[in-house]
Amino acid sequence: MNLSELREGQTASIVSIQGEGPFRRRLLEMGFLRGTEVYVEKYAPLKDPIELILKGYHVSLRVGEAAHIQVENARD
Amino acid sequence: MPKKSITIALAGNPNSGKSTIFNNLTGTRQKVGNWPGVTVEKKEGHLTANGYRLTVVDLPGTYSLTAYSIEEIVARNFILDEKPELVVNILDASNMERNLYLATQLRELDTKVIFVLNMEDVARQRGAKIDGDKLSELLDVPVVFTVGNRNEGTEELLKTIISVVESDVELPHTRRVSYGKDIEEAVGELSEFIKDKTAETLRHNIRWVAIKLLENDKIVKERIRETAGLEGEGILREAELKRQKIREFFDEEPEIVMTERRYGFVAGIVKEVLKTVSDKRVDRSRQIDQILTNRLLGLPIFVFFIWAMFQMTFSLGAYPMSWIDTGVGLLGQAAGGILPGGLFRDLIVDGMIAGVGSVAIFLPNILILFFCIALFEDTGYMARAAFLMDKVMHLIGLHGKSFIPMLMGFGCNAPAIMATRTLESEKDRILTILINPLMSCSARLPVYILLAGTFFGARAGNAIFSIYVLGIVLAILVGRLFRSTVLRGSVAPFVMELPPYRAPMLKGLMIHMWDRSKIFLRKMGGVILIGSLVIWLLSSFPREVRFSMDYESEIAAINARYAVSMAEVKSELREEIVRERDRAVSAIEAEKAKEKMEKSYIGHIGKALAPVFAPLGMDWRASVAVLSGFVAKEIVVSTLGVLHAVGADETEKSEALKLALKKSGMTPLSAYAMMAFILIYIPCLATVSVIRRETNSWKWTIFSISYSTILAWGIAFLIYQGGKGIGLG
Repeated sequence: MNLSELREGQTASIVSIQGEGPFRRRLLEMGFLRGTEVYVEKYAPLKDPIELILKGYHVSLRVGEAAHIQVENARD
Repeated sequence: MPKKSITIALAGNPNSGKSTIFNNLTGTRQKVGNWPGVTVEKKEGHLTANGYRLTVVDLPGTYSLTAYSIEEIVARNFILDEKPELVVNILDASNMERNLYLATQLRELDTKVIFVLNMEDVARQRGAKIDGDKLSELLDVPVVFTVGNRNEGTEELLKTIISVVESDVELPHTRRVSYGKDIEEAVGELSEFIKDKTAETLRHNIRWVAIKLLENDKIVKERIRETAGLEGEGILREAELKRQKIREFFDEEPEIVMTERRYGFVAGIVKEVLKTVSDKRVDRSRQIDQILTNRLLGLPIFVFFIWAMFQMTFSLGAYPMSWIDTGVGLLGQAAGGILPGGLFRDLIVDGMIAGVGSVAIFLPNILILFFCIALFEDTGYMARAAFLMDKVMHLIGLHGKSFIPMLMGFGCNAPAIMATRTLESEKDRILTILINPLMSCSARLPVYILLAGTFFGARAGNAIFSIYVLGIVLAILVGRLFRSTVLRGSVAPFVMELPPYRAPMLKGLMIHMWDRSKIFLRKMGGVILIGSLVIWLLSSFPREVRFSMDYESEIAAINARYAVSMAEVKSELREEIVRERDRAVSAIEAEKAKEKMEKSYIGHIGKALAPVFAPLGMDWRASVAVLSGFVAKEIVVSTLGVLHAVGADETEKSEALKLALKKSGMTPLSAYAMMAFILIYIPCLATVSVIRRETNSWKWTIFSISYSTILAWGIAFLIYQGGKGIGLG
């Protein structure tokens, strides 16, 4: 499944990132690495973007972009 | 004792507290400008310590040193080309892993580095303890702890800076990221290859160049082509072969593998230096966000903050604005009194003082606005505003952060365009700047009020509202158009950090506010002054106009006539006669002013341009008014007043001007077309000079001027001719 399918309050770990080179690299540099745990803190009031917590910091990502991130082991 | 000059650069992630440390080090001795050729803000400060004159350069905040964003390129090139004596890397102690990622890249460049662990208190609150000695030992870099917002550790940092600069130790080449056997082999072989081919011509660390080539770094590739001449292509071919090998081996792009390796290295360090001392995490910031970005409350609170900012900027700002207005008036009078009459006095009083005064009046707005924006930025709320509004702004192809500049445009475009400094991506900035003038600023309102009030009666409010909506709709369409043509969407995704909320520091707020306002002030002495003078020259020359009648003797005749009748009547009635006389005289004077304006250069230009405006339903008077509106949009009203010979004063309330407009052949349809034209066409002089300043490019400035004017003509044409076509007008 991908990151944009997670509900608020769920945690999952990253499997891979699809998309173009620069996009993938930018996400990697921000810490979206294989095996990293991501927590979905909340969706914005207009349902986009998403606020995530990973590696101890808060970051936001558009839903369309989060759809490029494959995750596994989603849990509440 | 002569002081030795040294340059140090501050590097670090955005939100690492870098600018606070910069302020602590340099205080108010700062210079804000742009990096050459780009719109990225460059901050430089000075201080003296231990007999050294230190120049501190605040590099743009970046998460990495690849070549994907302008900020990264600027930061990296500064370190590579200007070779500062020392790079001070500010790390957010509460966010070690991501911050150390940049640190490992800095260590790969051939430069002395100090690590500053900032905000260690926050890390401790969150239950983490950092072993600074261990970190220093692991990476072989001096480590200093600071708490920027309490100004703690600044002395210690300065001491360390001096001692590192004074030490001559060779840079340690150990304890750096190891990319694993296969990649290290490729790096080693490529380094040897480069060394053989370039001899001494390459000024950079060869290992670093090899790493960057394996990562397919476009800037480094260019440099190789430039410096290595014919051998360059050979090096690039060799690098591509190595990349191919790595790609086959890992089934992944080399730069992705290398990024993962760096993080792996960082993870190892973090494990060693970071101890979780308690599991009791107190995350105040998260609690605040439960309200400020709450699903139900988030947007209303945001709207309230924006409303409050608007109120402060434009309502509170109105008081000092009126003082400046009075001050400029008094100054004009004083200068007028002292200087001998004639051309020089007119130049000073009507040209310079009035021209610059009409722009200086925006200063209170600008100060207050930038104070509010600094407050939003320094507390961390700006990122939340972008988070809340991103969905809306994304429709136009813009970043959520563009919302505030766009909104401020309704007040005044000049500070609004300066507020785009908060946007990180250059393309986002330029796009926001280009469409900002479509947000109808408050200076255009008096023109709408006059025209709509004259021709739309009770429906004036709706007409004006529809013009505002037209501006917004056009901004969306134009934004989307530019995004898909001249400003093709950037690949950089919306990965935006939501930093922890922080209490702002008054000193920091003041510095940020003043830095930006200063730019505006400096502009007033330059472009704005010259522009006002040009418009003044055009409207007041030729000096000697051959009038169609002798106004002076006409006035004298009136005076004489009334003097006679005054002598005949009883004293009670004289007052009435004096009033009547003054009315007659001012009517003649208005005629004279009208003819003078008509025969001035700007009048000639307006008449020459009249055929261009005719298809829009605008006569020559409207053309001249529109031209004069370039200085400031509200001037359109007073010019119309002069040209319709009703006198330039009290025009807004003046029924005379309304009547004259109605008689001039203008119709509701042509009035509406003119309102649309006023909305869209060339931004005012102050805005144009801010656009020039903020885009740092004449190309974009001219583009902005031309697209808006062409669009204005097109839309006004459609309204007028289309309206006539369907039987309106």
